[in-house]
Amino acid sequence: MNQSQHIEKQSVKQTSRKLMLDIKDLRKSFGDTHVLNGFNLELYEGENLVIMGKSGSGKSVMIKCLVGLMQPDSGNIKVMGKDIATLNQIELDELRTEIGFLFQGSALYDSMTVRENLEFPLRRHKHKFGTNIDTSELVAEALENVGLAHTIDLMPEELSGGMKRRVALARTLILRPKIILYDEPTSGLDPITSKEIIELMRRIQKQYKTSSLIITHDVDCARVVSERMVLLVDGIDYAKGTFAELAASSDKKVKAFFK
Amino acid sequence: MSSSEKIKNFFTEIGELTYFTRRFFKEVITRPFEIKELLRQCYNIGNKSLLLVSVTGFIIGLVITLQTRPTLEEFGAESWMPSMVSISIIREIGPVIIALTFAGRIASGIGAELGSMKVTEQIDAMEVSGTNPFKYLVVTRVLATTLMLPLLVIIGDAIALYGSFIIEYSKGEVSFVLYFNKVFNSLEFGDLIPATIKTFFFGFAIGIVGCFKGYNCKKGTVGVGLAANSAVVFSSMLLFIIDFIAVFITDIFFEI
Repeated sequence: MNQSQHIEKQSVKQTSRKLMLDIKDLRKSFGDTHVLNGFNLELYEGENLVIMGKSGSGKSVMIKCLVGLMQPDSGNIKVMGKDIATLNQIELDELRTEIGFLFQGSALYDSMTVRENLEFPLRRHKHKFGTNIDTSELVAEALENVGLAHTIDLMPEELSGGMKRRVALARTLILRPKIILYDEPTSGLDPITSKEIIELMRRIQKQYKTSSLIITHDVDCARVVSERMVLLVDGIDYAKGTFAELAASSDKKVKAFFK
Repeated sequence: MSSSEKIKNFFTEIGELTYFTRRFFKEVITRPFEIKELLRQCYNIGNKSLLLVSVTGFIIGLVITLQTRPTLEEFGAESWMPSMVSISIIREIGPVIIALTFAGRIASGIGAELGSMKVTEQIDAMEVSGTNPFKYLVVTRVLATTLMLPLLVIIGDAIALYGSFIIEYSKGEVSFVLYFNKVFNSLEFGDLIPATIKTFFFGFAIGIVGCFKGYNCKKGTVGVGLAANSAVVFSSMLLFIIDFIAVFITDIFFEI
């Protein structure tokens, strides 16, 4: 019986909720380095799931496998019931509109204004909103949601780190995704801006009823936003449970995260 | 790194570039076509290089005429200056030097731009938003360089000939009409057509190498510098190889 079976107590009643992400036995190696060694994960509808792991433990690799940016060596990834390995490019692009991805460094397009950054995902997927959609309204609404309506004509270089993260979040939301993947949402930000981003994530989750997968090594962030947590150690889902359950664990490897 | 590893890496890179080029030809004929972005890139690339190409062309014309004149004067053959300068500029010097200048400006720019987009995950962001980044970033830039370089070379050649005329006008009594009559009388389709065709290949090589280096950039910000640098070196080397092949083929068909 592994550690995750010991700790997981199913404190959230997932069984009645729809399964949004289902990862089974995911493996990925780079040469002789085995990053993921049979990682398993389930994310349910409306759930905030935090994955914690040390730097280089494979968190970002796992999240990139989820959206098809990387190909796993083996294993199975189902997003809203669809096995991404069996999808063609058009189907994958269509599925990606249901998944928002907030990158660690915001990844705003340098050569475009904030408005153009937000309009970019709409170019191919306007049909999601019907034929008579006004893109400028959608952009304005997305920016208002993150409190940055006044930055619409600014270039990314004119924004602070926190503002960039919020604009990136607005861009992530513009296609109304059902799942949002956050890759280190608070890294590189000061504590006050981190709190603002965490608060924004919670508000967005309530407003849009999204399911969120949050990768972080920020314990404060994990405590505030997580309903359930998974600890990624040695390429596997070493421990699962609520923040309180994991924080109370006597396992050395688990305790190391909460020191 | 041992020399055997360097050779292995070189051939691996050639293989990857071939694969990248094959993907370009596959993507260029499939929908959706990024017409708006292509036009934007054509404007950017053409506009960015126009002044540089004009100045380069003008200086080429001045220098060639100044350097050649004393020798022609020795033989009393100054009247041959327009035909000599025009043939050398149109056939070889214009296309090659302007393409090298263009490579320095554009290949490094594309390499650095795509490289920085790669390391800051902008390319990944584009892909997860459902846009094919290869089509949007690579296909448009390669097409733009392929289409713009021939235009720039034509403009650069014309300015080079004008530069040559200015020297001739200042040294002797030659009118604009007489000078350019001599130029056009000495030029044939065999001079113009192969020289123009090869500039399409030059433009393609500069675009594809710049994009390849940037798109496959690694090692963070250091890699961006390396991508920009190696894009210029590799594309310049490729220009000379293409030029040799073009001259060789032209010799067979036009007997230059």
